[in-house]
Amino acid sequence: MLLSHHLSPRAKGHGAGRCMDEDEILALGLRLEKTTKAAGLMLAGEALTLDRSGTLWLAAHRTLVVSDLHLEKGSSFAVRSGQFLPPYDTRETLACLHEVICRLDPACVVALGDSFHDARGPERLEPGDRAMVAALQEGRDWIWIAGNHDAKVSEGVGGRYAGTLAIGGLTLRHEPAADGGEGEIAGHLHPCGKVTMRGRSVRRRCFVTDERRLVMPAFGAFTGGLNVRAAAFEPLFPKGFTAHLLGDGRVFAIGRNMLGKD
Amino acid sequence: MPGPSTSPSTSTTRRRVAAGPLPPAFAAWFAARGWEPRAHQLDLLATARAGRSALLVAPTGAGKTLAGFLPSLVGLSEAGPRRKPRLHTLYVSPLKALAVDIARNLDAPVTGMGLDIRVETRTGDTPAHKRTRQIAKPPDILLTTPEQLSLLLAHREAAELLGGLRHIVLDELHALVTSKRGDLLSLALARLHRLSPEATTIGLSATVREPDALRRYLVAQSASDALSSPLWGGVGGGGVAGGTTTLDPAPPPPLTPPHRGEGNGPAMADLIVVQGSAKADLHMLDTGLTLPLAGHTAWQSMPAIYQLIRKHRTVLVFVNTRLQAEYTFQELWRLNDDTLPIAIHHGSLDAAQRRRVEAAMAAGQLRAIVCTATLDLGIDWGDVDLVVNIGAPKGASRIMQRIGRANHRMDEPSKAYLVPGNRFEMLECRAALDAVEEAAQDTPDARLGGLDVLAQHVLGMACADAFDPVDLYDEIVSAAPYEGLTWEAFEGVVDYVATGGYALRAYERFAKILRGTDGKWRVRDARTAQQYRMNVGTIVESARIKVRMTRHLRGKPGTVVPKSGRVLGEIEEEFGETLTVGDTFLFAGEILRFEGLAEDECLVTRAKGAEDPAIPSYAGSKFPLSTFLAARVRAIIADPFEWDRLPPQLAKYLLQQRKHSVLPGEKDLLVETFPRGNRFYLTAFPFEGRLAHQTLGMLLTRRLERAGLRPLGFAANDYGIAIWTSRDVSERIAMAPGFTAALFDEDMLGDDLEAWLDESAMMKRTFRQCAVIAGLIERRFPGQKKTGRQVTISTDLIYDVLRKHQPDHLLLTAARQDAATGLLDVARLGMMLRRIKGRITHKALDRVSPLSVSVMLEIGRERVYGEGADEILAEAEAELLGEALA
Repeated sequence: MLLSHHLSPRAKGHGAGRCMDEDEILALGLRLEKTTKAAGLMLAGEALTLDRSGTLWLAAHRTLVVSDLHLEKGSSFAVRSGQFLPPYDTRETLACLHEVICRLDPACVVALGDSFHDARGPERLEPGDRAMVAALQEGRDWIWIAGNHDAKVSEGVGGRYAGTLAIGGLTLRHEPAADGGEGEIAGHLHPCGKVTMRGRSVRRRCFVTDERRLVMPAFGAFTGGLNVRAAAFEPLFPKGFTAHLLGDGRVFAIGRNMLGKD
Repeated sequence: MPGPSTSPSTSTTRRRVAAGPLPPAFAAWFAARGWEPRAHQLDLLATARAGRSALLVAPTGAGKTLAGFLPSLVGLSEAGPRRKPRLHTLYVSPLKALAVDIARNLDAPVTGMGLDIRVETRTGDTPAHKRTRQIAKPPDILLTTPEQLSLLLAHREAAELLGGLRHIVLDELHALVTSKRGDLLSLALARLHRLSPEATTIGLSATVREPDALRRYLVAQSASDALSSPLWGGVGGGGVAGGTTTLDPAPPPPLTPPHRGEGNGPAMADLIVVQGSAKADLHMLDTGLTLPLAGHTAWQSMPAIYQLIRKHRTVLVFVNTRLQAEYTFQELWRLNDDTLPIAIHHGSLDAAQRRRVEAAMAAGQLRAIVCTATLDLGIDWGDVDLVVNIGAPKGASRIMQRIGRANHRMDEPSKAYLVPGNRFEMLECRAALDAVEEAAQDTPDARLGGLDVLAQHVLGMACADAFDPVDLYDEIVSAAPYEGLTWEAFEGVVDYVATGGYALRAYERFAKILRGTDGKWRVRDARTAQQYRMNVGTIVESARIKVRMTRHLRGKPGTVVPKSGRVLGEIEEEFGETLTVGDTFLFAGEILRFEGLAEDECLVTRAKGAEDPAIPSYAGSKFPLSTFLAARVRAIIADPFEWDRLPPQLAKYLLQQRKHSVLPGEKDLLVETFPRGNRFYLTAFPFEGRLAHQTLGMLLTRRLERAGLRPLGFAANDYGIAIWTSRDVSERIAMAPGFTAALFDEDMLGDDLEAWLDESAMMKRTFRQCAVIAGLIERRFPGQKKTGRQVTISTDLIYDVLRKHQPDHLLLTAARQDAATGLLDVARLGMMLRRIKGRITHKALDRVSPLSVSVMLEIGRERVYGEGADEILAEAEAELLGEALA
């Protein structure tokens, strides 16, 4: 692990490589607030666990929240633009989700919207992937929250459908609402944080929160990220925020002033 | 252009075709200029007219270009009035500017002899209406680039347009064949051979180590294929509609099939070699000042270089990186009391500015240009009377070609100075001087054709016309770089083009090419063909952003007005992203202050005062030391009798090394271990170039980690590496004598390499290039707006998913093939590990040795810059050296 990243593009031009991995940079250079594998957070009186996988665990409700799976994103490119991206993103995403579900054994899974990259995504599921979805749903409640990509999800992938969902004091919806406030949990924006230290930068998916609301990172294998310093985040967090970046081994809480723009 | 009649020696191998005299009109035109045709020009004319392909190897200034066109001009002049215009000659150059320049140069003989010959260029700049006209009404001679040729060949009219070609001229072939552009061109050439079998190919090249590789490149490699083509059945190549006209009213010269070498050797073009008659007047610049052990700026030599510029008419100052170009330019102007016109030229500068510099140079208005490899090739500037090369020469052939840029008349010696920036570069300069003296070449080997390039070509061929897979396979393996392509690999490429080549057959119904009932593959639709056209070519530049000068908003310090100033050029996006507001850096000859990023632009203001720029570098090209020069450097170090020929300060340094440690033998690897501060160091000196050393550093660190020695980091340069650890390596070696040998065992290229490659940023970058070339993802064009990262899919994500789920996918194979020779130089590392097996000299020291100081100085160089930086380095060095010699 130590050696995985030190041949950065920056180092290339200068003949030097450094043995620091991203977690180390994050840990050493930033005033680290939390060093647990998962970060804890209180929101609207509910205890949340920000898992290093990028999922949210509500222990009191045994509920797992996962956002922006974007299943069948690869195949949607073939449909729309004739680009043949590797058609393995769905099974990769489901495999990662499988790992989390095995670890936490939730009674309920909430997919927080944009679970499929487009409305016809479910039809394009490979039989094996379809079976995997069914296996994950086995023995637990499964709720698909509507997203902007999959507002009208076709049937045939199990589970229940909902626009928004209330759990305790929390409101779960795909897109952060302009007037949404206390206790809102949303996705949609694919937040990503960038840290630059000594000429090297690390960009990772992250949770963003001001302890009133929370925006979750995208989980899908082919999902990119929007820098948390982008304008889209400003109205949501007028008084600043903390980003919880997903390191390789744990989650790092980093203040807004330490995060760079793209 | 031809010179006086004192012709240098020419040799032609293979069947010598009697060189007849020039046709009267041409003889008269030469005579009117006081010229006599040179032997190689007549040789090439005779060879081409006998229907044979040829490689002309000649130094710059030998009249190579005119020689290349002579067969076309003579052939066309004899053809008389033509009933229907057809493309007669196709000329391909690696540079757009060169094609334009050649068009200008051809004007002299064409108008001078009153020839009725139409010459046109076709480049990315050619307007659409002209492109259309060129296909409807082709010129006699078309000058173009490899990418444009591929586009032409993918055109529906390609067979008609190119079916009557008589000559194909490939310029600067030595520069083309070593890259993926060369692969692409070889495939285009294979198609041309098929479309117009009677066309002869003429390759023009600077001197190369293995001319036979180029000779094979020029002709079709499969005899059965060449002989069974329609030509040999007596049908005119391409066949003009109506079948009544041929280009030459006179019966065409008897055609000879591409001949085999003696015995059953591969098919090769004839070889015509022109030896340069004058030896280069070449020196190492020795100012007598003590040079540092690291650093490349050569700041000590700037006054001497300035004096050289003053004493010469026009000087080309070559440097190895764009950073160095900026620095040198800045320094020369600081010294420029005479305000001599000195300009700068490198690949990041705005194209318009580069054109201005080139025009000023051509007009003789400049006294010096500081330039990078962008001017290694190309336009003839007759007035250059001195070449200065700053920094390490890196390769013998490279330096010879650069030197050849001076005095573009080959009968006069080219004059050049090599300027070392540090003591190791003195060694390299010495080795290069010896190599030039012996005319020893170290051009790279011929490459294996890339699968990504092949995928692009296959789609292009489907755009041109339905193809039969067996025919296309035969055609492709006739291209030298693809000679070894198996049918199965070819089928894999076709499958990739059709549906992505995935084991999971997800995209059958979206296939880009479809197989008809006749067994032929056709392109799916016009959109797919358009996608091909938008993505053609093999040059994948890293995303760049514009650098724009802005001004501060009045009364609002710290706020700038976007779009308020001119564009200075472009920088790599990665570099732009690491800047923070207030950082200063050198660009376009000025010290700039970074003010922020706006959309796709990097906004800057002029930095106040003469402060030193804070940020040293943006990624510029840097060549690794060639294997050949490296071997020579090792030989010089190993042989004290050679030291007399070295500058005294260098000899003294080597003596110090011998006294405090040991000097490695010519084929040996020296490994030193020593403590320093609270760390332990391991240094090694393979002399295999920076890229191979970086890969070695990665792999060694992995092994040291496994051995529990806790490596903390490493640094590499062209000569060696230094690794630092928190546990004592000397002690470990003392306990386990076989440890060093095991550490450097060749088996590191097995699992360790695989494991590392999978995570390497370099590998991801290589993969991205393959993915773009093969059309998996679309090219981003300069100036194209960023769409926001959450919309596009990063190739890193694609790479990760693909390698997990289909590790044998075509694009991963292609990327691995590139990694062997490209950024990771794995092949060279492998050679080194085999060389040093059983030849490792380990020396446990109690302090740093003089040799190790050089590589130790690489540590932490990133944020250090320029003259101030070198002073810091000099201080650090003095301290380290003091320690070493205490």
